[in-house]
Amino acid sequence: MSASRPVAGAATTAGHRPNAALLQVERLTVRLPVEGAQREVLRDVSFDIRGGEALGLVGESGSGKSMTARAIDRLLPAGAEVDGSIRFDGGEVGSLTGGDLRRYRGLVAMIFQDPRAHVNPVRRIGDFMTEALRTNLDVPRSTAERRAVHMLAQVGIEDGERRLRQYPHELSGGLLQRVMIAAALLTEPRLLLADEPTTALDVTTQAEVMAILHDLRREFDLAMLFITHDLELAAAVCDRTVVMYAGQIVEMRSAARLHDDPLHPYTAALAAARPDIGQSARRLRAIPGRPLSAFEAPQGECAFAPRCPHAVDECRTGVPELVDLDGGRSRCVRAGELRGRLGVAAGD
Amino acid sequence: MLAVAGLRKEFGELVAVDDVSFALPEAGSLAIVGESGSGKTTVAKMIVGLERPTKGTIVACGNDRSKPARSASDRRRRGREVQIVFQDPYTSLDPRQTVEATLDEILRLHHGWPKERRRERVRELTDLVGLDARQSRALPRGLSGGQRQRVAIARALAAEPRILILDESVAALDVSIQAQVLNLLADIRDETSVSFVLISHDLAVVRQLAEETIVMWRGRVVERGATGRVLDDPQDDYTKQLRASVPRPGWKPQRRSVVATEEA
Amino acid sequence: MSTTAAAVSADATPRRGAFSLLKATGPVGIGAAVVIALATLVAIFGPLLAPYDPTLSDLSLSWVAPTGGHLLGFDGQGRDLLSRLLVGARTSILGPLAVVILCMLAGTVLAVTAAWRRGAVDAAISSGLDIMFAFPGILLAVLAASVFGAGLLAAAVALAIAYTPYVARVLRGAALKERSQQYVAALEVQGVSARAICMQHLVPNMLPLIVAQSTILFGYAMVDLAAISFLGLGVQPPNPDWGVMISENQAGIVQGYPLSALLPGLCIVLVVVAFNVLGERLFEQAQKARQ
Repeated sequence: MSASRPVAGAATTAGHRPNAALLQVERLTVRLPVEGAQREVLRDVSFDIRGGEALGLVGESGSGKSMTARAIDRLLPAGAEVDGSIRFDGGEVGSLTGGDLRRYRGLVAMIFQDPRAHVNPVRRIGDFMTEALRTNLDVPRSTAERRAVHMLAQVGIEDGERRLRQYPHELSGGLLQRVMIAAALLTEPRLLLADEPTTALDVTTQAEVMAILHDLRREFDLAMLFITHDLELAAAVCDRTVVMYAGQIVEMRSAARLHDDPLHPYTAALAAARPDIGQSARRLRAIPGRPLSAFEAPQGECAFAPRCPHAVDECRTGVPELVDLDGGRSRCVRAGELRGRLGVAAGD
Repeated sequence: MLAVAGLRKEFGELVAVDDVSFALPEAGSLAIVGESGSGKTTVAKMIVGLERPTKGTIVACGNDRSKPARSASDRRRRGREVQIVFQDPYTSLDPRQTVEATLDEILRLHHGWPKERRRERVRELTDLVGLDARQSRALPRGLSGGQRQRVAIARALAAEPRILILDESVAALDVSIQAQVLNLLADIRDETSVSFVLISHDLAVVRQLAEETIVMWRGRVVERGATGRVLDDPQDDYTKQLRASVPRPGWKPQRRSVVATEEA
Repeated sequence: MSTTAAAVSADATPRRGAFSLLKATGPVGIGAAVVIALATLVAIFGPLLAPYDPTLSDLSLSWVAPTGGHLLGFDGQGRDLLSRLLVGARTSILGPLAVVILCMLAGTVLAVTAAWRRGAVDAAISSGLDIMFAFPGILLAVLAASVFGAGLLAAAVALAIAYTPYVARVLRGAALKERSQQYVAALEVQGVSARAICMQHLVPNMLPLIVAQSTILFGYAMVDLAAISFLGLGVQPPNPDWGVMISENQAGIVQGYPLSALLPGLCIVLVVVAFNVLGERLFEQAQKARQ
């Protein structure tokens, strides 16, 4: 499958431009009804994903990472208010409806943390996998099933014919997640949104699934938004990494440099808080307090300031802007000053 | 302190635990590492009496507990020997009880203290786990996941056990909260010399908290030794694979040449 | 797992009082509660409130419309309707109350035992319940009447037996769910006895469901008992009872004197609807409070 294959029924694109931004998220702000009032869960989120690129989205509870993916896939809960724009291949996603929206979802596929919660337990795997092909792209059932079997082989499931006849409960978590990946790829998407796809899996199964994703991405030239709480995992499998806190982006960095040379105190603190598999520490460097949602964080100042070891008065005078620094971006007023002093290796 | 020998558990045809033996010294810390299906949680359940072993012996604090407790006082005594903190902070507390009520119930169960003494001890316990006055009066739904785990730890400690089993107790927590709770556990060990049995799939957490480690796979122990040695110089193939699967900078995940046989 | 959308409520105060729970059911729920409260008062103080002797009969006054001191007129046997309604409330409401208390007790015990012991005990209890399902309430009541003679007690016990499997089936599900929560395992490991866990933890956590079930069953019991009395197998005339009153005065409908039959029916409907509505709303609120 070459990079510029035509996709049946896809939104028209003027050919495939390598390195052009496939997905552009600009100043995305989302408010959800929480206990009666509209509260912000995402604030001013902007980033691009280029064709074939893997972007990691890292954060803890309340960071807004899952919400971002849902906004992109138009899966926000009822009552959500969205400001800002999300553009896929040049077209505005927010205004898509009906057939256009279904075609969009064929181009932007999503896989979730718990596959069992997203699959109908009373339908066979085959029905579920071929559904999008049959209903949206009018592919005849036999052809769809053949493609499904082929895709299952690609994710390492050899006896695809038999698996198509099985029900979800007959498969283990790892196997089902691989089926979900195969199903997501059947519509030949250009972008894969993966929301903590391996968090619920054993670490050896996780390695297997990540290897599969890596191979498939290369083969289908697939871009990926990979959401995780695991900084090391994102750093290892993504090209670039975005770190989120309290509904905002606090750092964007190439994955390789994120761990050793972070640009934001939160990233550094997150990396330092993890126990080291190589040695036991007398005490871990825990971050005081707990991670906050956008609406819980103090307004009008840096959301991380109350917990930040490097906070100064200036941090509380206003919400810091994202500044460019050494190929990355950081939402810290002291970013330039703290450069080189935040890394894990660089002590306090 | 805790000695397990030849432990075996069968669920019908399935052998979940096969010939597992280990010993935990006083004030020691042992980790049981494994993935799903390894049997590690079943071993924990057998030690605390939630499952009955098919074969084998478990001796804690000099008392045999391989068979179910005979009497109510026997059950309570066992509760004072071994306690457990589970994984899920969201179902491990009675939603209708405040933190203080939860701890008070345990204190009333194990000690015949007057009300004032109990109240004082509840305050000591909540201080020990880092909960403030407001949190102590709250219901579980008013507490975050990390706070609930602290309550679960306080509840386990209220029985003043000699052995504390932590069954993936930090797995469901955010990284920054996990670090706080791991520090708390280290502090508790220093202050009370309780022995730990840590059940975990997370090798970094194991390295941080446990001196000894056993690795389980499909119900059996495949490797054992000092944690440092097991993680830095694994001998068994499965342990090597486990170690190699941990993400780190420069890690390139490999597809297994033989896909492990999964069910059906 | 959306911790963003579920903000930690900073002041989750314990023992969310019965009153605040009631207030949360809205004006409809409060209205229903008022109706029930009134009905209860009448059930207790009926005989004191009744202006006339409900059994005093003057056949020359039968079917007479409301007049003078008789606000609702007379029934077919010349007895004051209002007094009969007020005094009849007693059996009409206490009867179902007895049924509900009996079957809820039996159902809870069976459900919790089955859920706690699981395995063979659960299977045996469930099979037993399945057998009990085969007997409809009215049928059992007829059976009881033929064996023990007609009367409120036999009818009430028969109904309680007939309702028990419904209660047990529903509560068993909730009990199983509660039993599988990790706090139950934690309490077991502490050495808390099974009875203490069931009574102090399992059942209290099932309370919203128990209350909801009770109110719904009250409505059913009321209608079933009225039907049984209507058939002559429950409360016996001349005792006033709303079901009996419908039976006695149904002839009046075709003769053009509907009041004496319709009013007791209306009372039954009002009380049953009030219980249903309140029960549903309380349940909703209790579920929400538990989140």
